[in-house]
Amino acid sequence: MAETILQIAGVLIFFSITMGVVRLVIGPTMIDRVVAIDMLTVVSISLIALYAHISGRFVYLDVALVYGLLSFLAVLAIARFLEKGP
Amino acid sequence: MQTLIFRTAAPYLTGLMLMFSVFVLLRGHNEPGGGFTGGLIAASAFGIHGIAFGVPAVRRALNFHPMAIAGFGLFVAAVAGLPSLVFGVPFLTGLWSAPSFFGISVDLSTVMIFDIGVYLVVVGSFTSIALALEDREHD
Repeated sequence: MAETILQIAGVLIFFSITMGVVRLVIGPTMIDRVVAIDMLTVVSISLIALYAHISGRFVYLDVALVYGLLSFLAVLAIARFLEKGP
Repeated sequence: MQTLIFRTAAPYLTGLMLMFSVFVLLRGHNEPGGGFTGGLIAASAFGIHGIAFGVPAVRRALNFHPMAIAGFGLFVAAVAGLPSLVFGVPFLTGLWSAPSFFGISVDLSTVMIFDIGVYLVVVGSFTSIALALEDREHD
């Protein structure tokens, strides 16, 4: 049962990454791409959490936490840049 | 940035990240982490504070100039090598002691002092870079 759930989670994460990359490539405006990057970050965090569970090394959860905090800073910096105009 | 939600959330986020950076710093010897990673997390915490409230607020909050913090960290890291002079072992050799406080033994080492020095160097230099970049945008 648990194996099935993990496999379903992996497939969902794969499709989320595909959708995010599609939006990143075709995104007409800059804002679409920023949102796509943020979404890809969140999906990557869930991928790291899933991998931490599969491999049984819970050190990766800290990596996910740091990644979340730092990606927030990155999106913030880009938003600030967009607010002022290039 | 004039956003109410972000301005309300930023102090909590900054405090959380600073606390987590100290946790990563102190855990660093046996598990992933250490002075450099912790310092980067603390510097990005100051970066978030700077984006939310502006550079002068961060300079007020830091109390010292960031480069002074970096210099003090370098001094601490160099001082961590001095106890090896007393014991007659090569410079910066890790020396351990385990004093017990109230029945709990706490492992202390010169490695940790060196790591704290690295932490302060990274915090100081990266915060100084971030603040300089923020400042220049207003010119």
